Amino acid sequence: MIPARFTYLRASSVDEAIAMLGQYGDEAKVLAGGHSLLPLMKLRLAAPEVLVDITSVEGLRYVRHEGGDIAIGALTRYHDLHGDPVLAEHAPLLAHVAGEVGDQQVRHRGTIGGSLVHADPAADLSAAVLASDGVLVVSGPGGRREIPAAEFFLGPFTTPLLPDELLTEIRVPAAAGTGWGFEKFRRRAIDWAIVGVAVSGTAVALINMAGVPVRAAATERALAEGASLADAAALAAEGTSPVEEPHASAEYRAHLARVLTARALEQAPG
Amino acid sequence: MKVTIEVNGRGVSDEVEDRTLLVHFIRDNAGLTATNVGCDTTSCGACTVLLDGESVKSCTVLAAQAEGHTVTTLEGLSGEHEGELHPVQRAFRDQHGLQCGFCTPGMIMASVSLLAHNPKPAREEIRRGLEGNLCRCTGYHNIVNAVADASGQEAGR
Amino acid sequence: MSIVGTRVVRVEDGTLITAGGTYVEDLREEALAGAAHAVFVRSPLAHARITGIDVSAALAEPGVLAVFTAADVDLPPQPAGPVPQPWLAEGVVRYVGEPVALVLTERRYQLADAAELVDVDYDPLPAVASIEAALTGETVIHAELDGNVAQSNGLAPDGFDENAFDGCEVVVERTIVNQRVAPAPLEVRGAACSWGPGGRLTCWLSTQNPQIARMTVAAALGVGEDEVRIVAPDVGGGFGAKIGADPEAVLLAWAARTAGRPVRWTETRSENLTAMTHGRAQRNTVTIGGRRDGTVEVVRLDVVQDAGAYPRALFLPTLTELMAPGVYRFPRVETGSRAVVTTTTPVAAYRGAGRPEATAAVERGMDLFAAEIGMDPAEVRRVNFIRPDEFPYRTPTGATYDSGEYAAALDKVLAAAGYDELRAEQAARRSAGDVVALGLGIAAYVEITGGDAGGESGRIDIHRDGSVTAYTGSSPHGQGLATSLAMLLSDQLGVAMDRITVRHGDTDEVPKGIGTFGSRSLQLGGSAVRQAADEVLARATELAAELMEAAPGDIELDRDSGEWRVRGAPAGPAITWARLAEHAGDDALSADVWFAEGTPTFPFGAHLAVVEVDTQTGNVRLRRLVALDDAGPVVNPLAFEGQRHGGLGQGSAQALLEVMNYDEDGNPTTATLADYSFISATELPDFELVDMETPTTRNPLGVKGIGEAATIGSTPAVHNAVVDALSHLGVRHLDMPATPLRVWQALAGARKES
Repeated sequence: MIPARFTYLRASSVDEAIAMLGQYGDEAKVLAGGHSLLPLMKLRLAAPEVLVDITSVEGLRYVRHEGGDIAIGALTRYHDLHGDPVLAEHAPLLAHVAGEVGDQQVRHRGTIGGSLVHADPAADLSAAVLASDGVLVVSGPGGRREIPAAEFFLGPFTTPLLPDELLTEIRVPAAAGTGWGFEKFRRRAIDWAIVGVAVSGTAVALINMAGVPVRAAATERALAEGASLADAAALAAEGTSPVEEPHASAEYRAHLARVLTARALEQAPG
Repeated sequence: MKVTIEVNGRGVSDEVEDRTLLVHFIRDNAGLTATNVGCDTTSCGACTVLLDGESVKSCTVLAAQAEGHTVTTLEGLSGEHEGELHPVQRAFRDQHGLQCGFCTPGMIMASVSLLAHNPKPAREEIRRGLEGNLCRCTGYHNIVNAVADASGQEAGR
Repeated sequence: MSIVGTRVVRVEDGTLITAGGTYVEDLREEALAGAAHAVFVRSPLAHARITGIDVSAALAEPGVLAVFTAADVDLPPQPAGPVPQPWLAEGVVRYVGEPVALVLTERRYQLADAAELVDVDYDPLPAVASIEAALTGETVIHAELDGNVAQSNGLAPDGFDENAFDGCEVVVERTIVNQRVAPAPLEVRGAACSWGPGGRLTCWLSTQNPQIARMTVAAALGVGEDEVRIVAPDVGGGFGAKIGADPEAVLLAWAARTAGRPVRWTETRSENLTAMTHGRAQRNTVTIGGRRDGTVEVVRLDVVQDAGAYPRALFLPTLTELMAPGVYRFPRVETGSRAVVTTTTPVAAYRGAGRPEATAAVERGMDLFAAEIGMDPAEVRRVNFIRPDEFPYRTPTGATYDSGEYAAALDKVLAAAGYDELRAEQAARRSAGDVVALGLGIAAYVEITGGDAGGESGRIDIHRDGSVTAYTGSSPHGQGLATSLAMLLSDQLGVAMDRITVRHGDTDEVPKGIGTFGSRSLQLGGSAVRQAADEVLARATELAAELMEAAPGDIELDRDSGEWRVRGAPAGPAITWARLAEHAGDDALSADVWFAEGTPTFPFGAHLAVVEVDTQTGNVRLRRLVALDDAGPVVNPLAFEGQRHGGLGQGSAQALLEVMNYDEDGNPTTATLADYSFISATELPDFELVDMETPTTRNPLGVKGIGEAATIGSTPAVHNAVVDALSHLGVRHLDMPATPLRVWQALAGARKES
């Protein structure tokens, strides 16, 4: 299928992109790697009138160690993240998860910023950033603001970004030596997760157990109180609201969350 | 809008609709029809080409996004010498890694990209590396053999 | 040394790996210059009354050339089936994906925009989205079909002998769903039609059977077959779902005539998943009765075929009944079948077409029987196999099997797999309480190929340069038949492979033919070419005798050099094919035959699948698949193995992943490739092939068909392996596909029962 007609605009800087977004408001969508947006447009589930392509914007594709943080440019591609030595050392969960998204071709195009802004409840990176206590840096006409990952995912495909704001950077605390684990359960390698679990230290984030990526609060509490990994994992589904689908009932998802949390915790010593 | 893309070493310039997908630019404007469309959900990989040397699904890239970049399709592959097959092309033929041929252009381009990152992949790594390319004919067995062969490894039966 | 039986890389591949094939969408033919593009507006509802169609907005859209609805189409009704599908829906739609209107535009990118503007008003009717819903008869889909039953064969359901199982020590019975799947060839359907000067139609069509397509198109359009040329260019897979010409292709030819310009059409994948026919879709109840020593005495198979909204392939359940005895010497087999209509996509052939369903039911049933009597599934099969000295073997359902070594096939597979060691590993895991359970699944199968019993055409021309062109009425689309036929001819005529060209697919070049389906091509198409070559050889012998002034009986062909000589005089004068062709003059070294002795053959085999099941998540990993598929002598092992690999992949996919699902309202829920679980390389293991060659006497080549065989064996082998993995936890059966959710539910169910 072919997308509905739209006007294509190419931004060469963050400021230009913000200006374009300001001009077209709700009618415009930001185009980065395009691997979330274009498939929806081809099926005509999305039909923006204007696309603002930011892939030519310089300086948004990087991984840097800055102070106690790892700073990641929003246009950094999954493939870049997966092979990045700084990320591998200081945010190994993110480096690993980036290699689990989609397939080889998707990882060559898809960007971390695009994935987070799309806010699909089944997205792997959202949960990884959430478990990493990430902060999302957003630029708008009034300047920059920072939004903690825990406040970024408001609902399925919904974020606090304003129409003229652009996600430019993701920051996570450098966490070299911190234990981590990741489990993603799906039928085929290329499927989205039915349920997934990202663990960084004692932080546990769940994929597809609600309309947004969520922290497994009861599990984290139990761990803090010294419960065994198994006992803590048994609480993983508490407070979640998984959706019911033909290939995955809510009950099954809750079961998987418990099993996978136990496995991910076991991968993450300490 | 006017789009210029270097396809297989040749600059192709044309006036297209903003919404033109790269795969259609390659097929209709550059006139190269090896690259196929097998789905509409970025699932099958039949449209895989190299964009600046990296495999991408050209059905999920706008032609406008490839403006000023380089694209390599199956037709642009060649061996070391004039008229020679690329090692991956040769291996697909020798190992019977294709039947109807429809997935083949994308499968070969994805394999070329896979080997560029991992020159001696284990069989499981080949399977994983080609997860984004679907084939209905071969059961993938001989495709895995072909990629192993192209990388200079034993193909197995 | 003969080239036959050696691994020959395919002659087809040169272009496919350098420039890609030329599929319908790739055609840049002069005759298609300025072609309009076509799209079908399809029903979004499973069952509804059409209360109005407003095409005005679409017609006002730039680039829109025409919008056709049922009222515009002046074609006679489709000939197929008890309730022919209208070319475009008339008054009522009966499945999601049914064509309602046809839109023509100047450019391809205008198609979807225009289609969206065709405004169809629907008044919904109740959906009938399952066999169960159809059998209640509460909602009648076609007034002509009482109780939604389109066909009723044999004994089902009321004619079965209620005392059939009296006296059996053990009786097991299970209803088994053979789920609906999408054939999903990687190239979707497409066609391009152009009416030339003088009113002759050329239609390029992605089809398995150009000659049958020509018949269909000509009849529908009311023109002579001479006025229609069908060309199958490269075809990107068919798997049974591209047999002949689909209604869309006929409409396209009609639209090209009506609009007065060429028209081309390629469906989208999401369209393909609901608009191309589906496969399988049966619900089968198998009952097996016998003794505790493993001897089966009575088998009953009650088949219910979901035919979809408009039945087009009612031979499917009949074939299932025919193959119900499988590889066993069951003394008594009762079968019956019903085909019901539902508000879903019509069901037709898909790789195996009726036979996999029989094998799946019987092989699952044999495992249930084995479990019931506590016997190893391999042993139960051995007790009941038809023995080698019983061939030809006439089954209780009326098939006459030609040749088979069923027990040997199973034993070879089990030996190759290390069956005893695997059972020991399974026992060790069980006693250790391993979370990951090991399962072994066996299937032994026999199938019927060339079952249509039709013939095939073959033609050979020897040219004056000594090169050979062969024409076949088969229409390969990935199988490598051109290479196999060239190998046979090279061997028979002593002509080098690169001097032989095999042509197919264009009805102007090959006016007679039946095409490719039912694994018929080598045994029928190959035999036809062989017969043509025999005729050419006979004529060549006479000509050579003339030239050498010898008796024909003294002349022989040296197949190594490709030269004719007087027998016993290897150093004497020789005559080349070129010289003979020159001498023969125009057309005299040609033969054009119809191979009519097309008797069905019965390939067979045994498969062993090894799976690992994560009993916590329900995930199934196919670890090994060991397969023996015996289709007689092998012409090209490379292509032969390729056919088996493909079958193993598709068969495993049905067991583990693939299903075309509908919700209660008849909406397909797996209508994109993102949702439909098309199997990828990651879910499959390296296949382990075991060889055996048992010839048939039913054709001159001694060969049977291999196109579908491995699909048929692998589905129940993998399915049985999943159940076997869980048997110690109380699971006796779960339906395909064995998705993680299904496995988890089965385990939960078994725990509840115990």
